[in-house]
Amino acid sequence: MKRLRRRDFLKAGGALVIGFPLGSAVDGQERGNTAGPPDPKQVDTWLAIHADNTATVFIGFAELGQGNSTSLLQIAADELDLEMSQIKTVRLDTNVTPNQGGTYSSASIQRGGPQIRTASAEARLALLQMASKKLDAPADRLTVAKGVVSVKEDGKRSVTYGELVGGKLFKVPFTGSAPVKTPAEYKVVGTRVPRNDVPAKVRGKYVYMQHVRVAGMLHGRVVRPRGQSAYGAGAKVLELDESSIRGIPGARVVRRGDFVGVVAENEWDAVRAARELKVTWDSTPTLPGTAGLYEQMRASKTNDRVVTERGDVNAVLGSAPHVATQICRGPYQAHAPFGPNCALADVKADSALMMCSTQDVYGTRNSLSRLLGLAPEKVRVQYYEGSGTYGHSCYDDVAQAAALMSQLAGKPVRLQFMRWDEHGWDNYGPAHVGEVKAAADASGKIVAYEYHGWQHGWIGVETSAQLTGSAVAEFPAGAVMGVSALNCGGMYEIPNRRLISHMLPTKDYLKGGWLRSPLDLSFSFASEQAIDQLAYLAGIDPYDFRQRNITDARWRGVLDAAAHAAKWTPRRAGASRTDAKVVRGRGIGVGTHLASYGAAVAEIEINRETGHVVAKHLYGAIDAGQVVNPEFVENQISGQLVQTASRMFKEEVTFSKTNVTSVDWKSYPILRFEESPEVTAVVVQHLDQRSTGAGEEVMAAAAGAIANAFFDATGVRMSEYPFTPARVLAALKAG
Amino acid sequence: MLKTMANLKFRVNGRMETVSAAPDTPLLYVLANDLALQGPRFGCGLAQCGSCSVLVNGVETRSCVTPVSSVEGKSITTLEGLPEWYAAQKKLAHAPELHPVQQAFVDEQAVQCGYCFNGMIIKASELLSKNPKPSEAEIRSAMNGHLCRCGTYPRVIKAIQRAANAMAEVAR
Repeated sequence: MKRLRRRDFLKAGGALVIGFPLGSAVDGQERGNTAGPPDPKQVDTWLAIHADNTATVFIGFAELGQGNSTSLLQIAADELDLEMSQIKTVRLDTNVTPNQGGTYSSASIQRGGPQIRTASAEARLALLQMASKKLDAPADRLTVAKGVVSVKEDGKRSVTYGELVGGKLFKVPFTGSAPVKTPAEYKVVGTRVPRNDVPAKVRGKYVYMQHVRVAGMLHGRVVRPRGQSAYGAGAKVLELDESSIRGIPGARVVRRGDFVGVVAENEWDAVRAARELKVTWDSTPTLPGTAGLYEQMRASKTNDRVVTERGDVNAVLGSAPHVATQICRGPYQAHAPFGPNCALADVKADSALMMCSTQDVYGTRNSLSRLLGLAPEKVRVQYYEGSGTYGHSCYDDVAQAAALMSQLAGKPVRLQFMRWDEHGWDNYGPAHVGEVKAAADASGKIVAYEYHGWQHGWIGVETSAQLTGSAVAEFPAGAVMGVSALNCGGMYEIPNRRLISHMLPTKDYLKGGWLRSPLDLSFSFASEQAIDQLAYLAGIDPYDFRQRNITDARWRGVLDAAAHAAKWTPRRAGASRTDAKVVRGRGIGVGTHLASYGAAVAEIEINRETGHVVAKHLYGAIDAGQVVNPEFVENQISGQLVQTASRMFKEEVTFSKTNVTSVDWKSYPILRFEESPEVTAVVVQHLDQRSTGAGEEVMAAAAGAIANAFFDATGVRMSEYPFTPARVLAALKAG
Repeated sequence: MLKTMANLKFRVNGRMETVSAAPDTPLLYVLANDLALQGPRFGCGLAQCGSCSVLVNGVETRSCVTPVSSVEGKSITTLEGLPEWYAAQKKLAHAPELHPVQQAFVDEQAVQCGYCFNGMIIKASELLSKNPKPSEAEIRSAMNGHLCRCGTYPRVIKAIQRAANAMAEVAR
């Protein structure tokens, strides 16, 4: 077996060592030499047809393991009448791919799909017009299969896309007016096409960010305290002793203000130097400590916002026959990508090249432009998939840090965050305190609902910039940072409803960021338990109770799908309780993130002597409108269910009064194989509806279902997660 | 610095390699930087997660905490070399395109981000080399030291069962 060694590659020149060259995908078209974003009003921005009758589609969404680099091609294949084998895409690059916004909010198909669909339809229309001339036949007499245009009833007269435009630009404006196909005409959309990226991933041929190397680069590591303090405090260097790494001659310190790193030609030298560099950090206490967190959140001065106010909540809560109260104390939780973030920067005096795993190449370009003092068009950002990130992990921070280190070192720098950097300096999903009060009438109709939520927002300045002296800032306030009108009772018909968001100052707490289905697990934990309590008080089966209070057909449909999958049989919660050592319970819940509909059923087991809880089987259903690839969405549901079990039973960021203390997989445990539930994933397909997100929407439902299953098994309502053995035993003891 | 460098010889995916490295360098960095291998990859550097796993003389080993000097003279198999390793084990005339475990992971579409799948596939291959027909409990137990953040455990279990069946077919 002949294999090129890395050092041979390095000798070959200054190009990217691994990965495929972008130019090859576009047959000599001049792509990649000018700063983007390319003009979205041109068909050429979105796709190219090659002489060999294949196509490249330029997509602005990042493959994160969810399969969008395949499913968006399914949409294009249908509109272009190509087979999947004839169509491919390229990695994101600010000089190459269009700006479709960041890969956030499970929006690839919801927001990106229509653009890819209409652009492909526009290209097909242009190709048909060219073919019409070439074949001397009116366009309505032409038919296309596999990129071959032929005259109906005269199949010998045909021409391929490649012959019509291969290797040349369309030079056609993208107007969005070309007719798109109807669902009845789809051949690929709605089918289970296998993912493009999987074969390379199981072979070790897939190029993750962590694999990228360039000639002449240095390896870098950041040097920070093990675990962050309060956001506003950053980290202050009191003393730095460069002589402490004198024993590692290949390594040197790079520093700007409190931003400290080490670089070396040899990666192990960089790792050792980061470990051995002696830095004294300011250790002034800035945090409440894990034990004092919720108390501080409730006592802090808040910025309050009325999210919803309808009817007369106070009067009805005061007079209704069934009233339930429920508290949720939800911890900080970490993104904790399985591979810590990595970036490679080559910063020169007048330009910068950044390779990283950002979910938003154009957003990262802007932040680097500010950090480096370069115009945005002088910064080129290329995306390489890292490990799954589930929201705003350290991908921007590592990119900024790599850029600073490259600028300081005057060479390309590959920066790999260590496990403790990622765990300890994450933008955590914020902690939450929720207090809900809900009431039902004698017939089991929900009549009033009140939710108060306490949480802080997200950071607006990354740690690397902050350590060089930038003032901290909050991320601009957005709907998904506060109490969710959707998840806090929004799916039920409730005449009197009040939702209040109590926003805490971000700078006094740990760094916050969006973590998959932001805050939704906490909302649902409180809200769906309160609903369940009302069902219990009214003596009604919890599934039946939800059906009675939901009128929306799609909410009802997804609820039915989950209940049906779990073979739900009606009974009041807790009716099958026993005094056995190990007890089983089942629970149901509904929830969403932004636009789709989610429902879940949980079957869990609790050891009442050890306090150990395990999910035996989780069922999740989603209605995300038109699902382009049901297989991928099932995989997403499956992942959401397992991750929710992990977050409900295991995950909690811990901290002292000075620093975060959960900095690896021992101090921040997650679910493992032995405790993994069996999962059943159900896609409620609506090909005629607009596609909505499918990467987050079952998690809230599953969190509620798990909490309700705990009550079914034990008769006890949990008010805090994760369900650690100590917490469970305390709750069971308190009754 | 140079005084501490050593020339070390060991076999990687069937080929004898000589590398120059400080003896305490973790094997992972040598495989990734000197030999340009992409199977083993950095995950924690603490032997907690399994993303850096390789086979050393057929035994799953965390390369992130294994000093390169300790594998001198030994035979290392990475994800890239699994088909040949399997062929040698089963005395097949030609290596298959993929190890049956790799093929099963494709067939089950078990992957999400796929970053953990190096370790998953290495560990599952080791398991099936020792226990061709593991029960589900044995699979869970053997795999328990390998973490996945995307939540692919249920599909990985199915993939390993599928691979075991496929290997039994070959043996028949």
